[in-house]
Amino acid sequence: MDFEPKILGIACNWCTYTGADLAGTTRLKYPQNIRVVRVMCSSRINPSFIFRAFQLGADGVLVGGCHPGDCHYGTGNMYARRRLAITKKMLEFAGIEPGRFRVEWISASEGNRFAEVVGEFTGQVKGLGPQTKLKIKTD
Amino acid sequence: MSRIGVFVCHCGLNIAKTVRVSEVVEFAANLPEVVIAEEYRFVCSTPGQELIAGDIKKYNLDRIIVAACSPLMHEKTFRKVAEAAGLNQYLVTIVNIREQCSWVTEDEDVATKKAKALINGAVYRARLLAPLVSRFIDVNPEVVVVGGGIAGIQTALEIAAVGRKVYLVERTPTIGGHMAQFDKTFPTLDCSACILTPKMDAVLQNPNIELLTYCEVAEVKGFVGNFDVKIRQKARYVDHAKCNACLACVEKCPGKGESEFDEGLAKRKAIYIPFPQAVPQKPVIDRETCTYFIKGKCRLCEKICEQKAIDYEQADSYIEIKAGAIVAATGYDLMDVKPLAQYGYGRYPAVYHALEIERLFNSAGPTAGKVVMRDGREPQSIAILHCIGSRDKNNYEYCSRVCCMYSLKFAHLLKEKTHGDVYQLYIDMRAGGKGYEEFYSRLLEEDVKFIRGKAATVTHRTKNPEEEGKLIVEVDDTLTGKFARIPVDMVVLAPAMKPRADAKDMARMLNLSTDKYGFFMEKHPKLAPLSTMTDGVFIAGACQSPKDIPDTVSQATGAAAEALTIVSKAKMELEAATAMVNAAACSGCRNCVTVCPYSAPSMNEEKGVSEINEALCKGCGLCAAACPTSAIITRHFTNEQVMAEMEGLMEF
Repeated sequence: MDFEPKILGIACNWCTYTGADLAGTTRLKYPQNIRVVRVMCSSRINPSFIFRAFQLGADGVLVGGCHPGDCHYGTGNMYARRRLAITKKMLEFAGIEPGRFRVEWISASEGNRFAEVVGEFTGQVKGLGPQTKLKIKTD
Repeated sequence: MSRIGVFVCHCGLNIAKTVRVSEVVEFAANLPEVVIAEEYRFVCSTPGQELIAGDIKKYNLDRIIVAACSPLMHEKTFRKVAEAAGLNQYLVTIVNIREQCSWVTEDEDVATKKAKALINGAVYRARLLAPLVSRFIDVNPEVVVVGGGIAGIQTALEIAAVGRKVYLVERTPTIGGHMAQFDKTFPTLDCSACILTPKMDAVLQNPNIELLTYCEVAEVKGFVGNFDVKIRQKARYVDHAKCNACLACVEKCPGKGESEFDEGLAKRKAIYIPFPQAVPQKPVIDRETCTYFIKGKCRLCEKICEQKAIDYEQADSYIEIKAGAIVAATGYDLMDVKPLAQYGYGRYPAVYHALEIERLFNSAGPTAGKVVMRDGREPQSIAILHCIGSRDKNNYEYCSRVCCMYSLKFAHLLKEKTHGDVYQLYIDMRAGGKGYEEFYSRLLEEDVKFIRGKAATVTHRTKNPEEEGKLIVEVDDTLTGKFARIPVDMVVLAPAMKPRADAKDMARMLNLSTDKYGFFMEKHPKLAPLSTMTDGVFIAGACQSPKDIPDTVSQATGAAAEALTIVSKAKMELEAATAMVNAAACSGCRNCVTVCPYSAPSMNEEKGVSEINEALCKGCGLCAAACPTSAIITRHFTNEQVMAEMEGLMEF
């Protein structure tokens, strides 16, 4: 059977989550490997969330926030941008391929962008195969 | 141990078509701490809500999970149900198995599996939720209306009528919008200016309306009840506080520009008011065409102005407004028909678009109401071409809704004014509206030639002497099944109504969703057509979809009522999901103080720890992620809660 990756999405309430809803409202189809957690702002994302996701067996993590400058809280995503850039470096250091982690700015009006990004990212993670580096073996 | 109830909604077939609901319910019933799992066709309906309320009492539930549509849709509904049944509203979890599950795949297995995973995550998270107490904040009683066309005017007048202050923001120098350009309105043929200008004047006279013309929205911050709107007042180079509207400057001005209001068919001065009934009656200087700004000398208007109102040094300025609600009524643009080269617009001077012909009809227009073409001739034969760009998969798939009716209006007026031959080239005649079908019937009696077929091309290439000097419209007449060539003097195009060129920017500023064309999306197409996904922002008129004047005015009145439901409240409930500091873990590093955009955290110097002012906190969680010792807890989104949800999601 084909490898079906597990992808964790973390989306901000105001832009990317609403954009994901819009993808649904407009009945766009995209791969359903993604499971989205809603947070109020991408700045809520503690880098430890990302590491935890990989520990829990995520094969890829996709973070979505408002476009820089459009944050509902003014400057939240600016902090998120820097934090997540460093997170990506730390992930690489820990042996996670850069292709398994992606940060995208998707607005509430970009339902098609959401579907596109998820499609692309899912394909990319599929190509990288299962993530075993950080996964905690439960069995 | 908590006692969780899970309710899975079918949403008719919206969810049940792709998600095997019974299987999901059985799965949920076996999850730890779940006491009861039920399914229902429409959980948001009254019986659905009663089912939840009943189960809360019957099973003594202390958490509920509703797997249905997006939380942005019905979270509030179910929170109210919980509160009414004695359960704290923050113990409700919504699982989005519609927008982000059943609607985005056609594969039943995949959708069912995802629904299970999402519910599993919610159960993990729900176990860690804590009851929270809501806070209340003051609501700003004022409203900002963006767009000064008939939609914005109507909205502003209705809101002002109940004594609320309205800011009406308009980007051009006058209010009135497209309706001011029209000559007559269908189907009654009453004069557009006669019904519009009294309303424009009423706006000016109303003490509750602050008219901000030549202004643009630059920035919108805040949230429902407390928006901060920054408005850019474009430099007019005329001090409107001093100007007494004598318009002597306009008379003397040597500068010439193309009149936007007359669709470029006439000239206007460099210092101008767009049309004689403009509101306000005070001029602005167009930098691009002003002799002084181009050549550095002239200043004639300054010399002539007794009020000393001319100010060449004026710069753009900014106005900051606080408002409780915002109504977007930004209208539409006509599609640019030049790229549709087959119709010859821009190449043949005798091809006009709909707004140009409106101006030709108008007695205050460039030809004083006479239908004469660019070459000075009166046309003896005219073809009106419907659906230019509309109902066209290569351009805009939708029907622009008003073109059939205004084309009939044009036919009537052209008959009346030129007594020439008028041809209507239509695909289908759409006359759904009060009095519209009757108007169509009337036109059928008026010796107008109706040809059912979409015009293919407009060409000057003649084939016989009769066609000499004419434009030939080629069309497949679908009623006779014959290809026809119609020689005419003048061609009128009915282009698609499309979103404003900058609609996407506006959408981004107001955090609105748009459809694939760029029209603003309503919260629900049937039941919340004026609300948007952003609380406190409403839409009215053609910015939502093409609309005629009666529909626009109805929407505008509705949007006013919607805005008033917000600003008529003195207080508004705020999310209780704010941040707090665990003083025992705080190291006093001040990271939170530095990063917070709302200055909610501050240092308690005596204790050496940070404290968060709940009234200022908006609950974004920025500080929690910045806190090196994890001393900051974002209520409702704690590290433990988020990670528990992730754990649940990743199990499947």
